[in-house]
Amino acid sequence: MDRLQMRAMLWDMLRARAFEEAAAQGYAQGQIAGFLHLYPGEEAVAVGVLHAAEPGDYVVSTYREHVHALVRGIPAREIMAELQGKITGISKGMGGSMHLFDASRRFLGGYAIVGETFPIALGAAYAVAYRRLPEAVICFFGDGAVNQGTFHESLNMAALWKLPILFICENNHYQIGTEIHRHSAVTEVYKRACGYGIPAEKVDGMDVLAVHAAARKALERVRSGDGPQFLELETYRYRGHSMADPASYRPNVELNAYQANDPIAAAIHEAESAYPSPEAMAAAGADCISHFSDHCCQEGHLDEAEITRLRQEVQTEVDDAVRFAQQSAEPDMQDAWSIFHHNRRYEVLMETAQ
Amino acid sequence: MAELMYWQGILRAHDEEMARDPLVFAMGEDIGVAGGTYKATSGLFAKYGEQRVIDTPISENSYTGIGVGAAMVGARPIVEIMSVNFAWLAMDQLMNNAAKIHYMSGGRIRCPFVMRVPGGTAHQLGAQHSARMEKVFMGISGLRVVTPATPRDAYGLLKSAVRSDDPVVIIEHESMYNLKGEVPDEEFFTPLEGVEIMRPGKDVSIFAYNISVHWALDAAKKLASEYGIDAEVIDLRALKPLDRAGIAASVCKTHHAIIVEEDEAPVGVGSEVMAIINEECFFDLDAAPVRVHALDIPIPYNHRLEKAAIPNAGDVIAAVRKMFGR
Ligand SMILES: Cc1ncc(C[n+]2csc(CCOP(=O)(O)OP(=O)(O)O)c2C)c(N)n1
Ligand SMILES: [Mg+2]
Repeated sequence: MDRLQMRAMLWDMLRARAFEEAAAQGYAQGQIAGFLHLYPGEEAVAVGVLHAAEPGDYVVSTYREHVHALVRGIPAREIMAELQGKITGISKGMGGSMHLFDASRRFLGGYAIVGETFPIALGAAYAVAYRRLPEAVICFFGDGAVNQGTFHESLNMAALWKLPILFICENNHYQIGTEIHRHSAVTEVYKRACGYGIPAEKVDGMDVLAVHAAARKALERVRSGDGPQFLELETYRYRGHSMADPASYRPNVELNAYQANDPIAAAIHEAESAYPSPEAMAAAGADCISHFSDHCCQEGHLDEAEITRLRQEVQTEVDDAVRFAQQSAEPDMQDAWSIFHHNRRYEVLMETAQ
Repeated sequence: MAELMYWQGILRAHDEEMARDPLVFAMGEDIGVAGGTYKATSGLFAKYGEQRVIDTPISENSYTGIGVGAAMVGARPIVEIMSVNFAWLAMDQLMNNAAKIHYMSGGRIRCPFVMRVPGGTAHQLGAQHSARMEKVFMGISGLRVVTPATPRDAYGLLKSAVRSDDPVVIIEHESMYNLKGEVPDEEFFTPLEGVEIMRPGKDVSIFAYNISVHWALDAAKKLASEYGIDAEVIDLRALKPLDRAGIAASVCKTHHAIIVEEDEAPVGVGSEVMAIINEECFFDLDAAPVRVHALDIPIPYNHRLEKAAIPNAGDVIAAVRKMFGR
């Protein structure tokens, strides 16, 4: 991988982190409401995968999708404006944080119902395959989503019909407050895909280079007609499930719980304890951003000065996005109605019929 | 008489029923270790253990079915669905099994199944997290559907639902869990059928349920003090079966009816209550009944539009004033 590409990936990771922290601030200040699910800690997943994607690929995501949208090219301004419910938002203030969509960037959306995205992604993949297009569909989902029936039904159909789809499981070990050992009989998620004959692999989701390499390989296979591929990326979210969630169910030192091999006891024991401290988060594993920036420096691709410059650059972009959102107008009810009633085909049909 | 919050009423009902009957168990997402999204099951995991307070995977249709199956062989499950928006996924088990087993088995197999689920529009949760599904549940023969407007009924309805041999859906509200109210210290059971008169009045009957009861009560206060209109506020409380006699009795007295629902109007609670009024007391009416309801649009995320899409006390007042020309 060349220096420019590394720089571009680090840049995206930094802007992802800066964007989400600004969103958290906006929520604390009352500019953003609703369920706000943030991504810090998981940046290597979105950045590694989406940097391996082509512009023609489709992306289907969840409610934790700001960073997927951002890395996919939706301007920070339009995402932040959507979070603030403004008419300049990517969904015109009608969708909100969980419902970002952008047809031109082939971003098929953020969805709030867990598990409903698998068939959507399959549908897009079917339409692509049907037209013999060289495109792939990338479907992001969490470890909790794999227990919904749609997951199993969709894996079967994807494999049966060899659909061009890359499943990306963002395994952060939690389904809100329920730790993976308490929600899944098989905690190595990739093994479930193997059950359907889908090539699947577990990769360190905190290592952006590993994620990128795996995603590139998998996408190549998808494009060469090998059918669906599956990656389980092990990662960790630093914040609560959403801004409404103090994450009090989480053990302070996650690693200890794993070592003791008894997450239930650990979870109960720590149930009363506070939001994880920076030390606890550090103990849970290396932060993907510091890990990657250290790597870039050690290999001589970047130096501290340049990384500082990058940080300033992304902060400027995010500050601008926040300002833009704040200064934007709100939609009015007329906007809502006109979007709701817009049905071009029907109007054209009736015109020609008359 | 203690002042409890809505969630505390639900918690107390769980606790009493679980302590009394070892066949009562609760299941749902995050209800155990995490104590429930709205705290309504907090502390129960520690007290009753993981076999009776079960944290489930995200598998709504299947664990609803587990509740149904367990109920068929004598257990008393209380299944919590985290939000009514996810109950859509459980509809197969609820509609095809819970509601029909007793009937299909020729009355040989009972299904004492309870589903608790918060519905309603909270605070900018967006189109997929703001559903109000009472009209859907109400349309299913074989179910009982109740919905508490107060901490007292949040307690009393769950108590009755657990004791009932019929499948019961209890619709709570995401914005009401911290609502405070008086709850008697001694055990009691809120009936699963029948309306409750929340405020007697002689001029107009305002029918409401769940959160809209509070809008109606606020409106009634203002209608009395500012417009000299004495409104009777009726909590429908049981949406299935609706209390035909209770509805008719009030309308026969006031000759005017307003129905307030948080949901869109089509095929809704208001439509149903209006039909009952037509059927039971058409000739007692002095004015055409009016529905106060949400706009027929998915709930927008933007905070002002969200508010505009949902009715409030002001809309109730406006509807009554228009009816009386004051
Ligand atoms: C059908 C459905 N059930 C429950 C929920 C509530 N809910 C939202 S996110 C979530 C946990 C999802 O966990 P996971 O798939 O691991 O994704 P993560 O949030 O960890 O990224 C739950 C239970 C929902 N949105 N939809
Ligand atoms: Mg997860």
